[in-house]
Amino acid sequence: MTVATPAASVTSPGAVPSTPARAATGAVLLRRLLLPLLVLAALIALWDVIIRVFAVPAYVIPAPAAVWQALVKERVRLLDNAIPTIVESLGGFALGNLVAIAAAVAFVHNKVLERALYPVAVAVRTLPIVAIAPIFVLMLGNGYAPKIAIAALITFFPTLVNMVEGLESADPQALELMHVLSASKTEAFRYVRWPSSLPYLFSAMRIASTSSVLGALVAEWIGTNKGLGYLIVLTTYDFRTALLYAAMVVTSAIALAFFFVVSMMEWLLVRWER
Amino acid sequence: MATVDIACRDVSMVFPSAGGPVQALAGVTLDIGRGELVALIGPSGCGKSTLLRLIADVLQPTGGTIEVRGGPPSRARLAREFGFVFQHPGLLLWRNALANVRLPLEVGAWGRRHVPPHQPEDLLALVGLKGFEQAYPRQLSGGMQQRVSIARALVTGPPILLMDEPFGALDEITRDHLNQELLRIWAATGTTIVFVTHSIPEAVYLSSRIFVFTHRPGRVMEEVRIDLPSPREPSVKDTPEFVRHTGALRRALAQAG
Repeated sequence: MTVATPAASVTSPGAVPSTPARAATGAVLLRRLLLPLLVLAALIALWDVIIRVFAVPAYVIPAPAAVWQALVKERVRLLDNAIPTIVESLGGFALGNLVAIAAAVAFVHNKVLERALYPVAVAVRTLPIVAIAPIFVLMLGNGYAPKIAIAALITFFPTLVNMVEGLESADPQALELMHVLSASKTEAFRYVRWPSSLPYLFSAMRIASTSSVLGALVAEWIGTNKGLGYLIVLTTYDFRTALLYAAMVVTSAIALAFFFVVSMMEWLLVRWER
Repeated sequence: MATVDIACRDVSMVFPSAGGPVQALAGVTLDIGRGELVALIGPSGCGKSTLLRLIADVLQPTGGTIEVRGGPPSRARLAREFGFVFQHPGLLLWRNALANVRLPLEVGAWGRRHVPPHQPEDLLALVGLKGFEQAYPRQLSGGMQQRVSIARALVTGPPILLMDEPFGALDEITRDHLNQELLRIWAATGTTIVFVTHSIPEAVYLSSRIFVFTHRPGRVMEEVRIDLPSPREPSVKDTPEFVRHTGALRRALAQAG
């Protein structure tokens, strides 16, 4: 075909981020990190001041310096207990999300299945995790299995809800286009539904990234002698409050790291939402 | 009229709804010849978009028959004998302009089973988007997005182009501009074009024939032949003939509504 000259008055081609633009993004990122870090530092300082002013005993609330000392001195022990918690959280996160995605895909393609099972999923969600944990230990033993199962259970629900919504958020006109192009169901899924659902999936996974750690922690309260959850319970009973706080700091750091990884993946994979 | 590309015989369409069945179309009979540019115009809810969807095999008529290039619409759909342009561009946000245009070649591996008649790059240039290949839909204006969707509809070289109020959501300046481009594309490709519109001047400016639809249930109330010279320039809109056509259509539509 002979192509006519474009009649449009095109001034500048598509906006492609240049190097100065990237440097600016770096500065923005730094400022975004700096502000919460400053707030955190201020809170720690406030904590220290309150303890000194009101002479709070160390077994109730330890001083920040004491927590720091516990972190350094007990680092081998903390790390030993952190590893099982990390394994359980990751395992639960992966399992919970995979099952939730599979269920959401099945629901979107089969309305009867959705009507039958969605309420059951909601009902399971209302059961208190603290009550389910001992039951899982009874059923699955003392190893990783019950902890992974609980972490999976806690991550399952937000992903299921968001994923169903995400798969159904596909532009009806894009789906109609798929029909006009005689696309198969698989193709419509691959080209339209799945990418449409990714922003929803990632917002669910951001929630799941931290709650999976919480699930693993709660599961470690019962029937185990390893993990940060176990360490937290043990140090509470022994009034080793500094170590208890150190264990909480490590737990929080793990959850934050998971959150960061998921956010980075989102940033890389869901570029069009920015 | 030489060869008939689209033939509708006594087509009717009834939608089931909560408040009882709704008759969208009743006994529509019309022929559209190869290479024609035909407008369907009528009041809101007159079923003209429904007719386009029946031709495109997105919906099935509850009565009558439709033939597209001598066969049922489903055959034409499977053979990719028409492209469809929606009211909203419906671009995939995660694909850049070029990848959006390429989509019809990827679905069903069409591009591997056929020799693509156009290069996606050439089509973007044809709709005036040279240099915007890598731009994502969110970086493009509404008019530019609609041009991408027109390029997408043309990429498999369909002999028929179905357009459902393609410029309805655009401002008048962009609309005039795209009307001009559509005439240019029509002249360059010889495609049969059927488009639905609400705009009387747009219908008169673009079409060789206009079908005026009545309010629900939609029927063809009038068929108007536009004998303005081709190729048309925007200045034709100032001629007495143009004004006479728009006036006649306005009176017909007042009756229809």
